[in-house]
Amino acid sequence: MKKILISLLFLLFGTSVYADCNIKSGSINILANDFPALRTFVETAKGCKGSADFKVTHSSEHNKIAVPALTANPSEFSARIAANSSIVPLMNQDLIRPLDDLVKKYGKGIQDSQLITIDGKIMAVAFMANTQHLYYREDVLKELGIAVPKTYEEVVAASEKIRASGKMQYPYAAAYKAGWNLAEEFVNMYIGHGGEFFKAGTAQPSINNAKGVATLNMLKKLAGLSNPDYLTHDSEAIKVEWESGNVALMTLWASRSGTLLDDDGDAKITAATKLTGPATVAGGNIPAATLWWDGFTLAKNRSDADAEATFRALAHAAANKKMVADAADQAVWLIEGFKPGPKSIGVIEAVKMKAKPYPMLPQMGLMHGALGSEIVEFLQGKESAEQALKDVEAAYMSKAKEQGFL
Amino acid sequence: MPNKTFFWFFLPTGLAMILFIGLPIISTGIQSFYAQHDQVVKEVKKCDPFGCTVSIVVDQEKTSKIREEKPLGKFNGFGTYVDRNHLAIEEIGKFWDETNTFGEFVDQVTNLPFYKALIFTLTYCLFVTPNVLLLGFIIALSLNAVTRRIRGPLIFGTILPMIVTPLVGSLVLFWMIDAEGIIGANLQMLMDDPYLSLKSSKTLTWITIIIYGIWHHSPFAFVVFYAALQTVPQEPVEAAIIDGASRWQRVRHIVLPHIYPVVTFVALISLMDNFRVFEPIIGFSAEGSAQSLSWLIYDNLVNEEVILFGSAAATSMMTIVGIAILLAPVLIRTWKEFRTAR
Repeated sequence: MKKILISLLFLLFGTSVYADCNIKSGSINILANDFPALRTFVETAKGCKGSADFKVTHSSEHNKIAVPALTANPSEFSARIAANSSIVPLMNQDLIRPLDDLVKKYGKGIQDSQLITIDGKIMAVAFMANTQHLYYREDVLKELGIAVPKTYEEVVAASEKIRASGKMQYPYAAAYKAGWNLAEEFVNMYIGHGGEFFKAGTAQPSINNAKGVATLNMLKKLAGLSNPDYLTHDSEAIKVEWESGNVALMTLWASRSGTLLDDDGDAKITAATKLTGPATVAGGNIPAATLWWDGFTLAKNRSDADAEATFRALAHAAANKKMVADAADQAVWLIEGFKPGPKSIGVIEAVKMKAKPYPMLPQMGLMHGALGSEIVEFLQGKESAEQALKDVEAAYMSKAKEQGFL
Repeated sequence: MPNKTFFWFFLPTGLAMILFIGLPIISTGIQSFYAQHDQVVKEVKKCDPFGCTVSIVVDQEKTSKIREEKPLGKFNGFGTYVDRNHLAIEEIGKFWDETNTFGEFVDQVTNLPFYKALIFTLTYCLFVTPNVLLLGFIIALSLNAVTRRIRGPLIFGTILPMIVTPLVGSLVLFWMIDAEGIIGANLQMLMDDPYLSLKSSKTLTWITIIIYGIWHHSPFAFVVFYAALQTVPQEPVEAAIIDGASRWQRVRHIVLPHIYPVVTFVALISLMDNFRVFEPIIGFSAEGSAQSLSWLIYDNLVNEEVILFGSAAATSMMTIVGIAILLAPVLIRTWKEFRTAR
């Protein structure tokens, strides 16, 4: 009886909610990364697809597919859920369309702060924020009388204390896998030191300086307190380390807190897992972390009708108070009506501490790539910090020349 | 076979090869001589949920005009080939002038990405190929001596490593050598060193990948050698036994000369395969310690948010040249033998 009642309610209210989308034609095909919040978002958009064709590809390899798939004409996807780094290659190649008209026509409920405007044109609509911040084991820190670390220097001291106590051999973890992850850690730490990646107004690299050296030294100290296999550990691997109880302090994405704090795994560890803001470093004020947004963009090489249908479905999700309320602990939503819960502490703190957004420069991807492979040998102790930074700059310059940035 | 028959026999394969291998190589070659146009950038105001800043973007209006005129990009000649991420001619010259000892010079050169990858690729080839030949031959000989009844299952077991997808095979081994995996944990016990990690040391990673390579490629050599062993004529072998030749002497003087052409063939194929080593690096997450030429190409195409077609094309062409150089001695020898045989 209860079931019938619920289905009836769904039928009544469901139709009334979907009615305001009223999409009659067009074809929607979305490319997105794969984590719970994005699945929720896309599912919500699907709820108002009307009679439009609806397809979605969730893949952690989304970065590799995006540019080729959107370059085709007509493009495979009508929309791409991007972040501040992955929107750049789409902009560089002119693959996404301005959304001004569509926002005016169908963007009811989307807040102005959600709009990503570049040169006066709306290029994306953001719906969630993300960052990397500290996670700690309350039980371990309490037992050893360690205060929750606020700076990376304190993280090092705390980890050394935990190691000395014999409780854990490798008390710290962060995604140091050679490549994109490791480079991201460098970017965070370097920004925490107040560093700039390029000479002002140019694409000339400028990381071979005292701040760069300090950044590398801090990364090496932290690596020394991590599992020796750190160069093979991505976010998923360190999550597993955490859940096996091998780690007491960790720098990890806010968007992963949902799966870390769910009912799977050791209940004792889950209960003792606490979140705090990102750490600062070297006496700096801004955290050694970057702010990220996730938002949707529409493919340029796709018919206007498809773009309209796609926008209406996605806008429905990007201004959906019900979704935000139901999935409040999946992400830090930028959508009106979001009430931050305990899992959003990291991002809220990062914003309060005035963390910088990830640099959205056309040549930043090349720098990120060069960092990911060239600083490995320094961490392995095979070369000096200066040499590693010199290598990064040289590797970047060759790539930037080939791409026409220099 | 008369030449004419051979021609018609080969034609369909030849056409397919030109279409699916020849033309892509030519197109890759052309690509490698081009770089992207100079990027026209402009300063713009950029606003996102975290505030507004002045930022730089690519000026699409101006860029699209240049792109339409010359879609291939800017002609760069051998520019990409000699830049720092490839042959690094200029840098090597500089190192030669700046360094005092030869050791220092070698250190500097092997720090360059292309040479780093080349050294790993060659090391892998030089260790894996001979061992694959040797191991394949020994297994083939041993299996050939086993009674027929159990030969079938044994052969199946032996070729298993080849049946397993390379990526899956390497992943399985990757988990086994983890500090908490069966091999990793036992090694720590055996060596009495709780910090021993096969994945964090460069040397140990190389050894792991090489052992994996031998394990994975030996069955191929074995299958071919085993087939060849079936064709060894029995009369000379029996004669040798009567003459009192030992088992080793029989293998050395009768079996080996007989299957020699097959050995050359297997050596060629495995050299080619090993020079393109790629999957184990991904499977073992060994990017930090071991990079091969194929991995460099992959890295240029997918690891950056900006795809470096020129770089990838240049490395591809140099890989082809590398394989040609490596195979040259064997090919020349085969050609000479072919000439004298006629």
